[in-house]
Amino acid sequence: MVLVVLVWLGVNLVKTPDDFGRVLLVGISQGALYALVALGYTLVYGILELINFAHGDVFMLGGMISATIALQGFGFSVQQSPALGTLIAAMLVSLAAAMIGCGLLNVTIERIAYKPLRSAPRLAPLITAIGVSFILENVAIIWKGTRPVNLPSNEFSAGNGAQIFRIGHVVYTWDRMFVLAVTVPVLIGLIWLVKFTRQGKAMRATAQDKDAAAMMGIDVDRTISFTFLVAGALAGAGGVIFAFYSTTISFYTGFQLGLFAFTAAVLGGIGNLPGAVLGALLIGLIQNFNEGLSWHSPGSKWTESIVFAILITILVFRPQGILGERTPEGG
Amino acid sequence: MGRLSVSAQWRDWPLVVRRAVPAILIVALVLAGVWSDKLRRSSEVYTVIAAVLVFFLARSAYKGFWLGLERAGVRDARDRWQRQSPLRQRAVPPLVIAPLVILVAWAGGLAPDLSLIVLLAITYLLYLLPRRVRRFALPLTVLGLVVAYPYFIQQADYHRFLFNLPVFSAFPSMDTMVSMIIFAMMAIGLNMVVGYAGLLDLGYVAFYAIGAYTAAWLASPHFAAYGISFDLGSVAEKGILQVGGIHLTIWLVLLAAGLLAAVVGVIIGLPTLRLRGDYLAIVTLGFGEILPQVARNGDKDGLGFNLTNGPPGINPVDPPGFGHWLSSHLGLPVSYLREQGTYVNFVSLMYWTALGLLLITAFCSIRLRDSRLGRAWIAIREDETAAAAMGIPLMRTKTWAYASGAFFGGIAGAWFATIKTGVFPDDFFFNISILILSMVILGGMGNIWGVIAGAAFLEYLNLEGIANFNGWMNGHVLVCDPSKQNPSSVISGGCLNAPLVTFGIYGAIIVLVMLLRPQGLFPEQRRKLEFETGVHDTPIQDESA
Repeated sequence: MVLVVLVWLGVNLVKTPDDFGRVLLVGISQGALYALVALGYTLVYGILELINFAHGDVFMLGGMISATIALQGFGFSVQQSPALGTLIAAMLVSLAAAMIGCGLLNVTIERIAYKPLRSAPRLAPLITAIGVSFILENVAIIWKGTRPVNLPSNEFSAGNGAQIFRIGHVVYTWDRMFVLAVTVPVLIGLIWLVKFTRQGKAMRATAQDKDAAAMMGIDVDRTISFTFLVAGALAGAGGVIFAFYSTTISFYTGFQLGLFAFTAAVLGGIGNLPGAVLGALLIGLIQNFNEGLSWHSPGSKWTESIVFAILITILVFRPQGILGERTPEGG
Repeated sequence: MGRLSVSAQWRDWPLVVRRAVPAILIVALVLAGVWSDKLRRSSEVYTVIAAVLVFFLARSAYKGFWLGLERAGVRDARDRWQRQSPLRQRAVPPLVIAPLVILVAWAGGLAPDLSLIVLLAITYLLYLLPRRVRRFALPLTVLGLVVAYPYFIQQADYHRFLFNLPVFSAFPSMDTMVSMIIFAMMAIGLNMVVGYAGLLDLGYVAFYAIGAYTAAWLASPHFAAYGISFDLGSVAEKGILQVGGIHLTIWLVLLAAGLLAAVVGVIIGLPTLRLRGDYLAIVTLGFGEILPQVARNGDKDGLGFNLTNGPPGINPVDPPGFGHWLSSHLGLPVSYLREQGTYVNFVSLMYWTALGLLLITAFCSIRLRDSRLGRAWIAIREDETAAAAMGIPLMRTKTWAYASGAFFGGIAGAWFATIKTGVFPDDFFFNISILILSMVILGGMGNIWGVIAGAAFLEYLNLEGIANFNGWMNGHVLVCDPSKQNPSSVISGGCLNAPLVTFGIYGAIIVLVMLLRPQGLFPEQRRKLEFETGVHDTPIQDESA
């Protein structure tokens, strides 16, 4: 199976090298975006063993916050591309607002909906999370209506950025750079937070064994809240990038993108942070190879099926993912 | 035990309050009905509801009367109460109270005409039945009312004979009733997987889709394009039969749909069922997303073979019917479409058949639950490790749960396709899986009557209830200006557009039920205990204590 895919990629590379290069770059950008969301799934799963179904919708609300700030706060209009200075200012402001807003939202959700169920049968919080996901989608409907919210095309939106450098016919542009320029520092910050701070140590300890962590004097509730805060902030950052990059966001965006990001987290090994990033890059590449290459590719209408088939295959044959450790539940 | 605090506090309240709250609610309902000038004719029904309540409170009141006598100094009052036969204890108080009720009604301006008195008398007789018979009286009455429903609702002026629902304004139409029944069947099917065996299935809509497409393949001109022509007992019109394709009688189609869905359930289940809990839920969700996409893309462009006819779906699907042989021998209708009576027509025949299928499903479900297999499911749900240690073959048992759940989902799907006389891929969204799941959760996982009630209620809300409520809000509470309303936003121009957030309401129901009453509204006793004491974290020492 892997061989067939490699052969298919190779033939595509030989036949249309320009397309291949372009799709590769887009795929990496998209993968980086997925990584932000996938990390949220992995963080929460690592600490609570809960698939936080509502995470994709938190991401979507982050995008909505950023669209509101750009349209209302900075007076963007859909017809007119904003100037670069305003654009960067709007982006930074909405990044701060969305990260804080989504982080707090995620903490609130955890306090209200998940915390009372911590000792309940394991499926109870999962079912609750689905309910929360529907509630958040409908909050977005109440807030913004059912139609998608559109931003003007700008220097950061897909296919619109100026060229940075080119190799042959393959052009690297600012819009692709932008996604990485936000994602990479955030990821580095996250790794620093988890690996080198006291709070990060508490998170890792709680993930390993809640009772033992509590006995060592770690405030488990606070640590879990903090994890949700971080996950929500990551999702908020992802939402901002998505809003500016794709310039259109609707209440339904979070569901599908959330599932893709979840697949990425599972692919890399759920609970494993580098795994989530690796899985997200792979999913981004797979999606864009499928949609962008011309020779015998199934095309965008099969993307969901392909991603979910990967999800199922991974869960069935290698539930620990590419980098993860084997868990008894996966066994 | 934080999640149970609400119900625990409820139990701490004095008995008087706990009895009074529902009573006050119901009395308020009755008063709302009596004093609403829109519901003039409905007062009779409200009076009967009031009378039933009074009857059932009467015994306690009567007992209280005797106990009061004792307190007042009559010595053997308590003994005299206890010596009375149960029948007399029940029979006497309403004889005193009923005339009072009639008197009050009369004073309130309601002439107690004959029909009211007859209704009261019937209620009284039902109330007097011995407990063993009364157990069946309620289900039988409900069943009778449900069976007779088309005769009420299909009268143009049924509002004269039935009361209106407050706020929701109208009774569900026939189409909605059929849909409610189909969803009840699916909820029962899902309940076997989620409620009995404790396996969370987030892709149940896949089986529904398979059932519907099976009906479309086996009873429509779809395969005529491939030169296949086959007819077995079909009741399709001549013009459609001449086109070709496979035309099988609906009864075989139902069976085939169930079996195919069960086979797919086994195929999906075999590799995935060894996963536990949430991983399984995600895998089923994946299948639930893939199969509808296959349905959407399953035409020549996407698949190279026209399997599902892509986005337009397969249309028309043959109507059901019994065919000429059964018709001439048993007098059953040849084709449902040809029945054009006021009461006995296409939609009411569909309704009765669906009702029959629902009863069969419910019966099978109960028998399965009590069988060796069903007890094995429940054992797995409660503790998988212990069940395995007791010699239950985990994989086989879970696969059976999956297959049986899928079987009924498939039948429901096939019936759905024949009712709509077509299959459309956009009917099979993830939302539907969650809708069915919330029916099971709301009603009470494991309890089949609760699940049916949950399904009927939520599907009614989905199709009519929320829209009716919305209309009532816009007409009575809000200052709505329809000309300023924006159809894609929830609140605009002073108008509410609640149907847009239907699934948000379901989400809220799911969250509230899981937090406040995780065992559902009508819990199965055993399941309730699991939620209250927890299954996994009960120490072994407690068993002996």
